[in-house]
Amino acid sequence: MAIIRYAKDNYDLEENQSVLDCLTHRGVALPFSCRSGVCQTCLMRATGGTPTEASQQGLKDSLRLQNYFLPCVCYPDTDLEVALPDDADAQAVIPATVKSLRLLNADIMHVELESHAQLDYRAGQFINLFQHQTLGRSYSLASVPHQDDHLHLHVRRLPQGRVSGWIHDELRPGQTVELRGPGGDCFYIPGDHAQSMMLIGTGSGLAPLYGIIRDALSQGHTGPIYLFHGSRDLNGLYLSAELRELMAHYANFNYIPCLSGDDVPAGYASGRAHDIAFEQIPSLKNWRMFLCGHPEMVRITKRKAFLAGAAMKNIYADAFNVSQPL
Amino acid sequence: MSQQESLYEQIGGEAAVNAAVDIFYRKVLSDERINAFFDDVDMEKQAAKQKAFLTMAFGGPHNYTGLDMRKGHAHLVARGLNDSHVDAVIEDLGATLRELGVKEELIAQVAAIAESTRNDVLSR
Repeated sequence: MAIIRYAKDNYDLEENQSVLDCLTHRGVALPFSCRSGVCQTCLMRATGGTPTEASQQGLKDSLRLQNYFLPCVCYPDTDLEVALPDDADAQAVIPATVKSLRLLNADIMHVELESHAQLDYRAGQFINLFQHQTLGRSYSLASVPHQDDHLHLHVRRLPQGRVSGWIHDELRPGQTVELRGPGGDCFYIPGDHAQSMMLIGTGSGLAPLYGIIRDALSQGHTGPIYLFHGSRDLNGLYLSAELRELMAHYANFNYIPCLSGDDVPAGYASGRAHDIAFEQIPSLKNWRMFLCGHPEMVRITKRKAFLAGAAMKNIYADAFNVSQPL
Repeated sequence: MSQQESLYEQIGGEAAVNAAVDIFYRKVLSDERINAFFDDVDMEKQAAKQKAFLTMAFGGPHNYTGLDMRKGHAHLVARGLNDSHVDAVIEDLGATLRELGVKEELIAQVAAIAESTRNDVLSR
């Protein structure tokens, strides 16, 4: 008989019983709705053991690869340790040493961290960086495993930002910080190397996209890749030289820097990044989409991309929500 | 049980639901009569819900009760959800199936299942 481990307690799975029933029948409060493996309300993650194939059907590839599953249709023969998707305690705190800090533009700091334990992540995922035990913020990883030695973050200084202010003003190389992660399902999955890809990012939304693009190219992606990076003025863009160099190296990679302000020099597209993207590529049938940055941009663009023909399973998004000061 | 194929099997089962869900959701989002109800929803979660709805309407396996339907739509009824909106959804559902080449007699059966949830959806 299999044992289900949840929140440090063990539950015996009865015969022909789903993981969801096993837990809820013993009083564990979990969200659920359809109980037939469709609505995904009860989504959980296996932190130990392997969920059954049937319980991962219909899930986005990036979730499946991270052992997410639907407990309402999971009838395992072997033990499983499970957690809710947003259960931060399911991940251990990892110390990391700050290797370097340098400004990418006036507001965005490139933070290089050397993790003290192996962090198994995919380019484009995020980690939570803690100033102290109860004060942490999510930052996307711009680095690529096996390509970059350390973890790279692009931290934008927010007005009254407690963690970003600390990173910009107080953090020093050599210091030890604590992080948790990785998380997020916005990353490149190999398989369809010829698929067209569009990536739209605003501000430091470039961080995950920079990782995803380099990851895709190094894994031999041959389909066209279009990156639209938007900012109001020239000062907001960064890594332009690196991206132009990447474009010179890979014929299938296109970098379109977009400026929404009035002053638009030659070589830059004039307008908001997502408007320019849809103007240039109006039909997105069979395209893979990555949308990162400003929450309102991500929300609008997701909907537009879907209506322009992109399949829901091919839209990967990461909205950079800002914590409201208390 | 008769040897006859169920409605769900005749339409094409899970593969048909998968083929229909994006088409249906696009129709709903483009439908000015009802798309305001979908402005603030998480699209990913909504797509999964649409899939659950289609599975049920196609006569497939589900565990929804009338109470689930009431609970799930109560906040929309409070925002003015009424018969005309249910009509629009059933219309979009039919158009989706027509686009996929499903026979009219099967479409009528699907519409009847969707119709059977009307009073629960509208909290009546």
